[in-house]
Amino acid sequence: MQCDDCKERDSVVQLVQAVDGNLKELHLCEQCAAKRGVESTVAASPPMTDMLQKVQAQLVMGGGTSGANSRDAVRCTFCSATLADFRATGRLGCAHCYGAFESSLRELLRRVHGSARHTGRRYEPPQPDELQRAVTLGELRDRLRRAIEGEQFELAADIRDRIRVLE
Amino acid sequence: MSLDLALLPDGGVSWMDASGEHADIVLSTRIRLARNIEGYAFTGRARDGERLRVLTQVRDAAREVESLSHSVLLRVDELPPADRLLLHERHLVSKELAGLDAQHPVRSGAAVFLGADVGVMINEEDHLRLQSLRSGFGLPAAFAAVQQLDRELGSKVPYAFHDEFGYLTACPTNVGTGMRASVLIHLPGLVLTKEMSKVLASLQQMGLTYRGLYGEGSDVVGNFFQISNQTTLGKTEDELLDDLVRVVKTVIAREEDARRLLLRDAGYIIEDKVWRAYGTLRYARSLTFDEAMNYLSGVRLAVGLKLISGLSVYTLNKLLIFSQSAHLAHAEGRALTESESNLARARYVRQTLANEAATHD
Repeated sequence: MQCDDCKERDSVVQLVQAVDGNLKELHLCEQCAAKRGVESTVAASPPMTDMLQKVQAQLVMGGGTSGANSRDAVRCTFCSATLADFRATGRLGCAHCYGAFESSLRELLRRVHGSARHTGRRYEPPQPDELQRAVTLGELRDRLRRAIEGEQFELAADIRDRIRVLE
Repeated sequence: MSLDLALLPDGGVSWMDASGEHADIVLSTRIRLARNIEGYAFTGRARDGERLRVLTQVRDAAREVESLSHSVLLRVDELPPADRLLLHERHLVSKELAGLDAQHPVRSGAAVFLGADVGVMINEEDHLRLQSLRSGFGLPAAFAAVQQLDRELGSKVPYAFHDEFGYLTACPTNVGTGMRASVLIHLPGLVLTKEMSKVLASLQQMGLTYRGLYGEGSDVVGNFFQISNQTTLGKTEDELLDDLVRVVKTVIAREEDARRLLLRDAGYIIEDKVWRAYGTLRYARSLTFDEAMNYLSGVRLAVGLKLISGLSVYTLNKLLIFSQSAHLAHAEGRALTESESNLARARYVRQTLANEAATHD
């Protein structure tokens, strides 16, 4: 069917409008539909604004300056990742990378999030003895499992007592 | 070993029971918090041994975490691909954790804790993805549950936290609160009245974004949109949630307006569309997934507009989940080719709708 507006192209959109209480049907081609402010399709795939793309684009841009190139060689002392690794994958290697690449990241975060400062909930890390207790408990439970599997029931009973004390 | 879904709390599908607010428009609410444990490289860079140690440490700590007391731990890395897909289709694990992408096979140490309304993915892109999933529009309740879980788990395992940047994550787009809150919302009215592109554009101005049915990287099918916060840094959790609640409420109101308008001005076209959709679902002998989704969208709209009665939103949610390929294969007890899957889908949908009609006759 021909487009009701330009009478040239094939119509792809059926537009139903209510005019003065009466329904009016229009058949429009994509261009004429767009002129009337009607988009023929909703984007089938989301923008994937997934800011990741933005992040990577900006990293590539940053790579053009000599300053960025010298920063590229900086290596995280914990996981050995470099800024170049980050640029390639869009992912940091470990928590210490945030310290190693701090100034580049601060700039990036400001552009991506509009801020580089966390204002949300603060984290209270576990007390050291609580952590130690958790590790010990975990180890004891592993040993208890092994003792039971190995049918060392006397040892198992002993370990179970120690777990009870810790709990 | 095949996965026994009966072992999961509520079969892992309580989120689709249509009990929540605005359940005919908002399918579900999900909040996830990304957390990493100090002392290990992030998952992508960690060695196998490190990931297994992360898993062991979390598993041991979880024994004392009240929020996980009735949960089940599944070693995703030990499940066959069909079962991993099944969990993904139920929206219980991400595509990345399930290792469904040929470029990203399943990682050693990939696991998930599944509780009644909270869960933890282990060794996803971040060591921990704490999540809360519930039926309908329920952001405050979902946040309360996941925050409780976060407090309990965070007091047992040390999280990577930076004074200035907040909770540290593998991808800088998640850093800060580490929070992504999203609602899965059905918007046929806005799509049919061609208002959707305007709504999507205004979402982005508000710092929100949208995705398809299965989250990141998925297409929009059946007029289902996942709306979520885009930024995670520089605002508090409450501010981010308030923004999302406000916008989603507006979107719901605009969807309801669009539906009223459609019914008033194009009633016969809409009625014809939805009854054709129902007729096809009720009698077709072969249905592709996309076809089924689109017709289900029409029928869902009809139920919302009360054009079709005697059909519950819960049944529609069930059809959405159980007509996916891995679920059909699971029900048949064998792998299905694509055309077998289409036949099985049509059969399942037909029977479910016939049963529902018989109960209400």
